[in-house]
Formats: sequence, structure tokens, C-alpha cells
Amino acid sequence: MSTATENSIPLPQLPLGGKGRITRFEASPQNRSRLFEMGLTPGATVELVRIAPLGDPIDFKIRGYHLSLRRQEAEGIFVVPLS
Amino acid sequence: MSQVQTSTAVRQVAIVGNPNCGKSTLFNALTGLRQKVGNYPGVTVERKTGRFRGSHGEPMELLDLPGSYSLQVRSPDEAVARDVLLGRRPETPRPDVVIAVVDASNLERNLYLVAQLLDLGLPTVLALNMVDVAEANGIRIDVDGLSRELGVPVIPMVASKGVGLVELKQALSREPLPKPTVLPPVPEAINEEAIALARELPVSREVAIPEALLLLTLHDEAIADLAEGETERVRKAQARLREAGIEPLSALVEARYGWIGEVCERTLQRPGDDLSRLTLTDRLDQYLTHRLWGWVAFVAMMGLMFFCIFTVAQGPMDWIDGSTAAAQEWVTKAMPESELRNLLVDGVLAGVGGVVIFLPQILILFFFLGLLEDSGYMARAAFIMDRVMASVGLHGKSFIPLLSSYACAIPGIMATRTIENRKDRLVTIMVAPLMSCSARIPVYSLMIAVLLPASSGWAKAGVAISMYALGTFMAFFMAWVFKKTLLKSETPMLLLELPPYRLPSLRSVALRMVERGGIFLKRAGTIILALSILLWALATYPKPADGVDESDALAQSYAGRMGHLIEPTIAPLGYDWKIGIGLIASFAAREAFVGTMSIVYNVEGDVDEDATPLQETMRNETRADGTPVYTPLVCIGLMVFYVLAMQCISTVAIVRRETASWRWPLFQIIYMTALAWVCAFLVYQGGRLLGFQ
Repeated sequence: MSTATENSIPLPQLPLGGKGRITRFEASPQNRSRLFEMGLTPGATVELVRIAPLGDPIDFKIRGYHLSLRRQEAEGIFVVPLS
Repeated sequence: MSQVQTSTAVRQVAIVGNPNCGKSTLFNALTGLRQKVGNYPGVTVERKTGRFRGSHGEPMELLDLPGSYSLQVRSPDEAVARDVLLGRRPETPRPDVVIAVVDASNLERNLYLVAQLLDLGLPTVLALNMVDVAEANGIRIDVDGLSRELGVPVIPMVASKGVGLVELKQALSREPLPKPTVLPPVPEAINEEAIALARELPVSREVAIPEALLLLTLHDEAIADLAEGETERVRKAQARLREAGIEPLSALVEARYGWIGEVCERTLQRPGDDLSRLTLTDRLDQYLTHRLWGWVAFVAMMGLMFFCIFTVAQGPMDWIDGSTAAAQEWVTKAMPESELRNLLVDGVLAGVGGVVIFLPQILILFFFLGLLEDSGYMARAAFIMDRVMASVGLHGKSFIPLLSSYACAIPGIMATRTIENRKDRLVTIMVAPLMSCSARIPVYSLMIAVLLPASSGWAKAGVAISMYALGTFMAFFMAWVFKKTLLKSETPMLLLELPPYRLPSLRSVALRMVERGGIFLKRAGTIILALSILLWALATYPKPADGVDESDALAQSYAGRMGHLIEPTIAPLGYDWKIGIGLIASFAAREAFVGTMSIVYNVEGDVDEDATPLQETMRNETRADGTPVYTPLVCIGLMVFYVLAMQCISTVAIVRRETASWRWPLFQIIYMTALAWVCAFLVYQGGRLLGFQ
């Protein structure tokens, strides 16, 4: 468990098309509760799908749907890359 | 007696769902034109209701609740949905049955809200919408299995095509309505705290537990806003849970998603995780959000929209123009010469006809906005534009209110209610009226016709797009200024869903066109009509002595005197006193400019000359020295003035209501008028310095 957390990287560092499993959050309580309810829970798998033409926001696939977050907030979501 | 009442009472149905689940389409499919739009008293959320008949022909009342991802409250919008469902709003009875609309192609996340709805214990029917899209994506759903797992009836539907409506009505007409038989799991420790907390709540027993669950999972800042005793109790309960190593919100949400995962596992067959398999949405997005083609598509779509507004609308506009002229001629012949006849011909018909002529363009604008929204493209526009919004410190979410303001600032300003941060919301409200709304179309259209009488549709569309671009740029620039000075704050988080593309429902789009066109005509029939009569009177009286020629008579009228009075302030912009009359009239509503100018020139001219279109009259208008009034610089400067000035009583009223003070609307009028004057001044005087006319 602890090794998984140590290996985790911020979400935007996944390669395009790369997947990761969510381990922990660094976000305000309000933002965290929002992200949780949108299905970004620890253990869920996210895929980085595309980046907007101007570099921000980033489009992810989570639980079968597309959600876009800004880089700044996505940096606070940590994932273990899945190969 | 009371039994008779309940069986004859109109069944109250509430419709709930995530954004983008097709909730509005289903609402429209059920109610058609039998809709009423109002407001919830006390808050500023739109309350949309409609009537329809159940499967035995019995009338039912349908209430459209604001779309949200969760019943947990973070903005006034979401509080309304929760309060109605908990039976807390005095003007709205607790619904008898809830339609939970879910997107079949995105079941997992959609079911999270459904789990919260099941907590409430109200009879619920699950409308499994867009099963066609799910099938096309290779998702197969066991409908009976899902119904068993959730303990509610499940109706597969394609609301845009009316598929499943009959079955839905049958489920809603059942007597008695079945209550949900399944309660989504709650972690044991949280359940115990919820039961304890529920006993202390001053609400009826059936809603106490769901209410307690929502309270226990509130985040800290929101708890502080509760009633005093409640804040304390909720904090203590949360502290006890945390001591036991349980974070209330994450534990509950995880338990919910865990349960949803199991339900989906048992009832849902998804296509294999094969990366080579791309859905139509994926393939479209490869182009529409591409770093080059994405922009090309964005610009092309906006270009096409405005091109159609200026070409397709021409036929119907000529027809309305011809009809107005024919009506004027008919009245002139049918009635003896009198003040009343002049009022009808030069006041009512010229003023109202001059505005109604723009109905075709407004319908086309709403047709395109409806298509963009229903197809799912609007979210992509927000996706590619968000970085631009961020550069001025705003949010992708401010983009939708600003985009709506292209149609009308009023729905745009009302749409800002989804912005949680008060300062960001104020910034968006302050700049929204800078986006060119449909009431400017009449002004642009007239001035472009004066400026470029013989040019192609593309050249005219080009000028119009420049005006829209100027308004948009200024909205962004002023937002940046406000964010840096008056309304400094951190930019809140963006959560933007990119829904799958789908074919828009023409019925839905048509309904919205009718609704918005109706609002426009209502304005034309009330505000504009009243203004037209007032202006005609101001332009006609006091009556000149016999023998004074027509234009001197206008100059001596009340309107003429007012125009002369403000002439010194507008002369630096190149305007004469007649344009001044138009500007004064426009402070109530921008489109009044067109009607006013046609009254001004009609009163001045002979009735027989009415056949001349307004733009030609204006083009031939000269100053005392014989030079034309409407030089290219005046035309452009006048459009720029209309792009930037705050000229709309209705918007002032709505800003007053939304900000609950006169401070902000007054500030808005002052800054926008100043901005308009300075920019029109720069165009006119700067252009002349550069040697233009």
C-alpha cells in the first residue's frame, strides 16, 4: 500500500492515452468533495485522453465518461501509472 | 372527503437528472407547448413547469428541477432541487413521484445521483435515456436486472424520438405508485450517526435520514453556514467518525460507487477494452478539439451562423417589410386624415414594424444556439476556449453565460447562478451585456445596410462578425480589469463534462425558437409599442405653426429639443440631433433605435414616400452643408457605440435583482456608457485624422 502511494505521480504527468489508478488527493475540502462525487474516488482508473489546443484544460476518461479539469487542479490528483 | 381530494388532485411529477442526460428533451417531449416558466420566490432560479396527460388521460403537473450531479449543495441552483425533493419549499408541494433521467451510455456516474434519490424514499421511475447511443457504443443493459437491483421501474427510452414515452406514462399512472424497494448501502458507522442526528432534526420522519446523510457529508466551510445548534451537532458527529478513522464524505461516496460498480457489473455488458475501437464521438473529437482543425471548425461554425442570419433571413424580412408598408398604405387610404391616422401609420406601424422585421434573424440565431447546445458542441467550445477565459482570470463556466448573452444578456446573467464564487459571478454579470445580444442585430443590420448597400452577404457578415468580436474582446478585457481591481479573488475549479455527440432533436430546438421568438414579440408588443407611441408624440408635438416646413417642425418638437439638448455631447462622435433622438430612445431598449429612426424620418417626410426603405432614406440624409450624415465613420462609430453601451431596461432590472443592490447596475451603466463614448470617439476622430470619411 505505501509503495503504491510512493510511486504515484500527479495526473497530468501521465502520457497521452496513459492510464492510472487514483491513490490520493491534495485539494481543498470543497474541491475534493466535488471530485469525489464526479466519480474520482481512490482506486478508480483514469485515462488521459487529450489536451485542449491551448494546453489547458485536460480531458480525462473516468468511469466511462469524459471530464475536463484544469492542469492546476489535476496536479492535486495522484495516480499510480498502469501499464 | 380527503380521500376524494387525493384521488382527484393533479399528480405532481418532478424530473431530475445530471446535466447532459437529455432531461430537457424529455421534459419537452412530455409537455410540448404546455409549459410555464417562472421563478422560485426568494431565490433566483428558473422554475419550469408543464402539463401532460397520464396513460388514462388524467392530468399531471411536471416540474423540471435544475440539472445537477449531486443533491449535496454548493450553489443556490442545487439547493432548489434538494429543497423541493425534501418538501421544504412552501410554494412547491413535495412531488408524488420522481422521474430520474439517466444517460444509458454513461450509467455509472449518472447512478450516483440516483442513489441519493433512492435515499429520499419517494416513488421513483428511472428513465434510461439514449439507449440508442449506448447500443451504438456496444453497451448492452439488462433492463429487468437493473430494475431489480435498484428496486424501481426502469423504462428504456430515446426521448428525442419519443421512444418509451407510452411506457413512462404507464409507470407514472400506476395506482398506488410503488416506493423504491432498495436502499443504497451506507457504511455502518455513518448510518448510526445519521439515525442519531435525524432524531434531532426539526423535519418530518420520512425525510430526516436523507437530510442527516447530506448534513454529515457536508464540507467544513458549508457547515459553518448552518443554523447554530446544527453546526455544532454536525461537527461533533463528523469528529466522532473521523476519530474512528472514517472520513464521512469519502466513505459514503466510496460505498456508493462501490455499490454502483457491483450493480453495473451484474447488469451491464461493455465492449472489450479495445483501444482500436473508437466511438463516433472520439473520432469527431479528434478533429473538433484538434489544435488546428478545432479552431477552423469553431470559426467556420460561427461564420456559418452569422452568414445565415444575414442571408437566409432576407426573404422573410423583405416580406415583413412589404407587409408593414402595405398596412401603412391601407390605413392611409381607409382612414380620413387625422391625428389618429398619423399615430397609427407613423407611430405604431413604423415603430413596431421596424422591430418585428428582425424576428427571422432572431429565430435563426436561436436555431443555431439550440443545435450547438443539443449536439454537445457547446461543451467543446468551452473546452477549447477555457484557456482564453483563464487568461483573464475567469472560468470555463463563465463561458456558457457569456455565450448565452449573444442571444440575450438576461438568460446569460441568470445562467451565472451556477458560478459558486460570488466575485467571479459578479465579474461575469458585469461584462455579460458587452456580448452582442440579439437586440443589437436590428441596429447592426440597419447600419450595415446603410454602410454597404451593394455588397455580398459575406462582406456584411464580415462587418457583423467584427462587431461581435469587438464586444467579446471588450468583455474579456473588462473582466480582466475587474478581476485585477474591484473583484480580486482566486479562480475556482473547473469541472467540464464533454458529453457524447448526438443528433439534436429538432422538436426541442423548434420549441426553444418559439419560446424565445415569443419573448421578442412580446417586447415588441409592449415596451417597443409604448415607446413608439411616446416617441411619435414627442416627435409630433408641439404642433408647428402653419407654413413651417416638416424638418423645422421636427426640430421644434419635444423629441427634437431633446436631441438638440444632447447634441453637444455627441457631436464629437459625428452624430446629429436626429441620431441623438435614437440614442435617447435606445436607453430603454437597443432595438428601439430602428423604430425611432423610422419614426423620425417618417414624421419628417410625406406619408406617400413611405415606400422608400429606411436605409435609403438614411443614406440620402444630408447635413446643412450638403454632406451626408451617415458617412462610413459615423456608421461604424454608431455600431461600436451600440456594441458597448448599456441600453436595456430589462437587463438593468435583472442585474438589480441578481446582485440585490442598485450599486452594481448603476456602476455598469456608467462604465459601459463611458466605454462606448470613448471608443466611438476614437473611431470617428481617429478615422478622420487618418484621412477617412
